[in-house]
Amino acid sequence: MPAEGVKVRLQQDTIIPLHVAFDCQPGDILVIVGPSGSGKSTTLRTISGLYTPQHGRVSSNTTPWLDTDARINLPVQQRKTGMVFQHYALFPHLTALENIMIALRNDKINKTQRARQLLELINMQGLEGRLPGQLSGGQQQRIALARALAREPDVLLLDEPFSAIDQQTRRKLVRELLQLHQQIPTPLIHVTHNLNEARRIADRLCILHHGHTLQLDTPDAIMSRPHNSKVARLIGHDNIHDGLVEQHDHERQITRLHWQGMTLEAAYRPEMAAGAPCRWVIPTESVILHRQDRPSRGERENPVHGKITELVRLGESTSIKMLTEQGAAIYLNVPSHVARRNRLAEEALVAVSLLSEAIHMMPPESESSA
Amino acid sequence: MDWDALLISLILGLATAAILIPLAIIIARWLAWHRFTGRHIAQAVIALPLILPPTVLGFYLLMLLGRESWLGQVYEGVAGRTLVFSFEGILIASVIFNIPFAIQPIQRSFESISHSIREAAWCCGLSGWQTFTRIELPLAWPGIVAAAILTIAHTLGEFGVILMVGGSIAGETRTIAIAIYDRVQAFDNQSAAIMSAVLLLGSFLAITLIYMLTERAGKHHAG
Repeated sequence: MPAEGVKVRLQQDTIIPLHVAFDCQPGDILVIVGPSGSGKSTTLRTISGLYTPQHGRVSSNTTPWLDTDARINLPVQQRKTGMVFQHYALFPHLTALENIMIALRNDKINKTQRARQLLELINMQGLEGRLPGQLSGGQQQRIALARALAREPDVLLLDEPFSAIDQQTRRKLVRELLQLHQQIPTPLIHVTHNLNEARRIADRLCILHHGHTLQLDTPDAIMSRPHNSKVARLIGHDNIHDGLVEQHDHERQITRLHWQGMTLEAAYRPEMAAGAPCRWVIPTESVILHRQDRPSRGERENPVHGKITELVRLGESTSIKMLTEQGAAIYLNVPSHVARRNRLAEEALVAVSLLSEAIHMMPPESESSA
Repeated sequence: MDWDALLISLILGLATAAILIPLAIIIARWLAWHRFTGRHIAQAVIALPLILPPTVLGFYLLMLLGRESWLGQVYEGVAGRTLVFSFEGILIASVIFNIPFAIQPIQRSFESISHSIREAAWCCGLSGWQTFTRIELPLAWPGIVAAAILTIAHTLGEFGVILMVGGSIAGETRTIAIAIYDRVQAFDNQSAAIMSAVLLLGSFLAITLIYMLTERAGKHHAG
């Protein structure tokens, strides 16, 4: 049977709305990201069979697991999923080894040997006799992962598996998970509300909000080209503004944007009608501060002048809010040593360049929220 | 020392536990995980024997099991003797007045099993029955054992209800608690003292065992 991965199409208009569509191929890591209550966990529970929506189709390698139209709804036990729960849900009365063995299918001849292999895979050999209560959070998470793999699943489902783990261990576990996934290329669907974690892990991101898939793309594409301002806000863009599409320069492959009495050069978006209102974003890292002692490179690229109104030093990096002469807020980050050398302080007058390639135009708010 | 009375008490306690604990597991599990209208009323009915005076309970049991009652007449027709003043009669009474002692500890232990543990079991491929036997029962086990110990210990000590339903027939319905009362009435304080000491020691051991089990269960669930 061809390995096609998992296909998910869900439709529901109840108290938990769901309008979700995505595929996850073998070798793929799809991360569903969204705020609390966005339907992330419900989506995962639907795939595993713990939740049944009003309408939906879930299939794995062309085998239907759920098809509400055809009245197909395989029970949890018959779906080949490996689930890692948010708080791991290890069986507290069973040892680490037994927790893995219980998930091995009955046709396995030597269960103990297979369970030991899985323990080795997650670097937990020597701890097989411990009860979950005697293991650290990170160790419990590894056992939960091994237990999920024990089913030889068609898809691995991870529900906020790193949320209860300290920052340092989390980084290590994420690295281990990615290495493990290279060895076992099962489609992996990971749910988190942590955008940084999502960006680090994902091949593709699915942005979910109130049960709707807002955008499904690579992390880079979503960060630099959000579909609408809702996505832009969800992924943490600070610089979101309203403007007018002025004209398209087909020769130079740029689009000109009218904003606050200025004309800015932006990334080429010929599909947007000239003269129409739009929203645009620019990532903070694409707002470049002009040096005060001598001219900087690219100073002529969309120069904007203003006054610093907020300056917060966050270790190596300093976060700055400046107000333009017209009163619009622009956020940027500079290395703290640059802030010191340029004697940046609140009330200081500064100039920045908005990198044109990074200015991304989107439909205006009313259209984008539809 | 009235060995017959001690034996009757022990058999009564064990038989009560044997009948009641399986029923209690089913009812307690249902109460722990289902929310339904009338749940509070069901819980109140179950807890009633805890606060009801034994004479009130005994009176209603006499009405339920007596020769005039439907149950009493059916039993008499089949067995050829009355249900009241028989071992079977006090066994039914014992099962009823022990309901809260059996259900409540088991319900608490099922309540402490998080829903995600059961979901994880299903995701591991375990059927509903396998989840019950391999995950739920072992986790609820301390509560079940505590319920059994409480039921037996409480049966050993029950006096009023047994006296009203069973009287004090030697070798049939005279339990150790009733034998103590009889001995005191007969000014045989020495026998009463020995039997009281046996009950005291038994009760103390039972309660100690329950505390030990509860603590062990707490360690499990902390994990």
